[in-house]
Amino acid sequence: MTDSIAAFFAMGGYAFYVWPSLGLTAVVMVGLLWSSWRGLRSAEGTLESLRAAPTPQGTEASGRPE
Amino acid sequence: MTRLACILGREFRLAQRHGMDSVLVVVFFVLAVVLFPFGVGPEPNILARIAAGVLWVAALFATMLGLERLFQADYEDGSLELLMLTPLPLEGVVLAKVAAHWLTTGLPLLIAAPLLAAILNMNVAGFLVLILALLLGTPTLSLIGTVGAALVLGSRRGGILLSLLVLPLYIPVLIFGVSAVDAAIGGFGVRAQLLILGAFLLASLALCPWAAAAALRQALE
Amino acid sequence: MHRFANPNRFMQISGALLPWTAASTVLLVAAGLYLGLFRAPPDYQQGESVRIMYVHVPTSWMAMFCYTFLAGSAAVGLIWKHPLADLSAKAAAPIGACFTLLALATGSLWGKPMWGTWWEWDARLTSVLVLFFLYLGYIALVNAFDDPTRGVRAGSILALVGFVNVPIIKFSVDWWNTLHQPASVFRMDGPTIHTSMLIPLLLMGVGFTTYFFWVWMLRVRTEIVAGKIRAHRRRQVQRAPVDFAGDGRAVSTEG
Repeated sequence: MTDSIAAFFAMGGYAFYVWPSLGLTAVVMVGLLWSSWRGLRSAEGTLESLRAAPTPQGTEASGRPE
Repeated sequence: MTRLACILGREFRLAQRHGMDSVLVVVFFVLAVVLFPFGVGPEPNILARIAAGVLWVAALFATMLGLERLFQADYEDGSLELLMLTPLPLEGVVLAKVAAHWLTTGLPLLIAAPLLAAILNMNVAGFLVLILALLLGTPTLSLIGTVGAALVLGSRRGGILLSLLVLPLYIPVLIFGVSAVDAAIGGFGVRAQLLILGAFLLASLALCPWAAAAALRQALE
Repeated sequence: MHRFANPNRFMQISGALLPWTAASTVLLVAAGLYLGLFRAPPDYQQGESVRIMYVHVPTSWMAMFCYTFLAGSAAVGLIWKHPLADLSAKAAAPIGACFTLLALATGSLWGKPMWGTWWEWDARLTSVLVLFFLYLGYIALVNAFDDPTRGVRAGSILALVGFVNVPIIKFSVDWWNTLHQPASVFRMDGPTIHTSMLIPLLLMGVGFTTYFFWVWMLRVRTEIVAGKIRAHRRRQVQRAPVDFAGDGRAVSTEG
């Protein structure tokens, strides 16, 4: 059993190429997904807080464009 | 037609007044080419082998240098908006700009190229084809570059961004330009490469003014 | 067309579709990987290194698909002025760039054991490399303007110019490559691909496509929300006009 698991990981000697390929693909795709998800969450949060906050009166307003 | 001639005249007069710009482009071209013997060593055979490629790549970079200023001055002082309002279509204005750019950049490169080819010990058989290929290729470079210049108007870091946009689009012209010269040196036919360069030129003449005008309209909205 | 022009409509539809695309992606990719890694046989020529094919080929397909999608969105935006079209293009670009990078990287990792080299200036590799630069150029241009609307519009023009250029690049690089004949390249297609390999490959391809739509929807939604934020802030400034106090702080002049 352990023999075939070891054989699987060895990938016929090509492990050095196969696993980084699969790994890199996974990292990049998951990373992009996570980053996009985070961006959406953060934008939604900002919108929520803008809608919840009352119109500023005499408070410091940010002059920076979006 | 007279309106186009008017705009052309304006561009040429402006280019004439800034004659220094042409000189700078040629000086850059010469410098860039001269760097290579320092970089790869002065051995004549190696230089002859890479001559065509080096000349074309240097021509690409030199062409790109003049692109940033193409619309910038007019954009900043409002002349571009006035040009948009003339009865002449914006595409015509773009063509006038391209013509002026080529006269101040492409043509000087064309003149300087044979001298530099000699410095790089390029095989004599390639000289005429080099000039022909540059004659067909440099206007295409100006045309494609004009689209890039129009796109980056008003952006941050216009210059370096322009390079990033335009260089991948230059690659086909580069490939066939060098191929033509190498084919001539090798004694093969050059008709195909020159015809393709001509095709690129015609296609750019048809498409680029339209694309650049669209980009200018975006910039001025 | 106009039914879908409303951004809120898009928010509704994408909100409903998101869980489905997510689930489809996970299931399809898992199935594809399982079949590809555990059930499919090793290649009789390439041995176990053929496993890389199950990521390399789908990422390459997606690299091309994303650019076509990007250019199509740009065209819709420029011709029909569909309000979401430019945002669609902007959202697709980073996904396409990632897939292209993966295609290049996995191809390189596959090429080393098979061809003996990490890189080869063959037509396909070179044109994919240029495609990568086109993606980067688009992303750089779109983000180079303070006004995001201007950025996406300029980007759409660039996307179409690039799209015209992609076949030209492919053709010219092909020519260039055949003229300066490089070292001989092993052909990848031994026997015609067997079903046991084809099925996981297709599963991965479809799975990556649903992944694309998953991430694309998230990104378009983000763009729509960002637009609402900007509109909100503009209204805020209009409603509560600001001026600058003596020390340089911006203060509301109301109340």
